[in-house]
Amino acid sequence: MPPLPKRKYPKSRQGKRRSHLAIKMPHIVDCPRCKSPRLAHHACPICGTYRGREAITMPAPELES
Amino acid sequence: MRHRVAGRHLGRETSHRLSLYRNLVTDLLRYERITTTEAKAKEIRPMAEKIITLGRRGDLHARRQAMRFVYDTAVVKKVFDEIGPRMKDRPGGYLRLTGLEPRKGDGARMSSIELVDFVDAPPTPRPQRVTAAPKAAAPVAAAPDAPALEPAEPTVDEAEPEGESAEAVAEETTESASELAQDDAEEREAGHSAE
Ligand SMILES: [Zn+2]
Repeated sequence: MPPLPKRKYPKSRQGKRRSHLAIKMPHIVDCPRCKSPRLAHHACPICGTYRGREAITMPAPELES
Repeated sequence: MRHRVAGRHLGRETSHRLSLYRNLVTDLLRYERITTTEAKAKEIRPMAEKIITLGRRGDLHARRQAMRFVYDTAVVKKVFDEIGPRMKDRPGGYLRLTGLEPRKGDGARMSSIELVDFVDAPPTPRPQRVTAAPKAAAPVAAAPDAPALEPAEPTVDEAEPEGESAEAVAEETTESASELAQDDAEEREAGHSAE
């Protein structure tokens, strides 16, 4: 015989247990440069900038310099 | 309990982890900006900054101490000849972390770590646009000019204007500078989303 629940847990108790399971929304802000949504305190994945400077290396033009 | 013990294990044995640190620090000093997980970036920052401080000192003993950690002697030379002098008047804080989008695949927090005076290569000035402008101004004069330029700047797009019909060239003449800038911005964006 497998272990079994001792009693039926009502829907209200199930709901109370799950009241903390909601997934929180990540903190999204609008990029000041290109207005697209980005994570707060992270570089914008669209324009590659954070606080006005480039934070993501562009595909390098390797032929020059 | 593992209380008040500094440092991350990063899922590796000690020797593996040390190797990883030395690889990351060497590459960071070589390329001046690298992209890695936030945890690794935060781990190597103090190590890399200590190497740069050695570079600021500049004496032989400091150089030998740097050699003990950095894998590449050329990178040590760079630290002492370039980065050290650049950071001469900066009392630490040579590196900057910037958070990036979580990694696709495992959602790991990613970060770029760079020297604070790192200047990104300016958005590629698009050589074919530069050559297109004089061509548009004097289409006849530019024609003999184009073959000479081609070996110097062999880009895929450059061949395009030559193959274009006369109307297309005339169309480019009317393109204003602001439109060109907008085009560039769009192309850069396209490059990002393709990554
Ligand atoms: Zn943006």
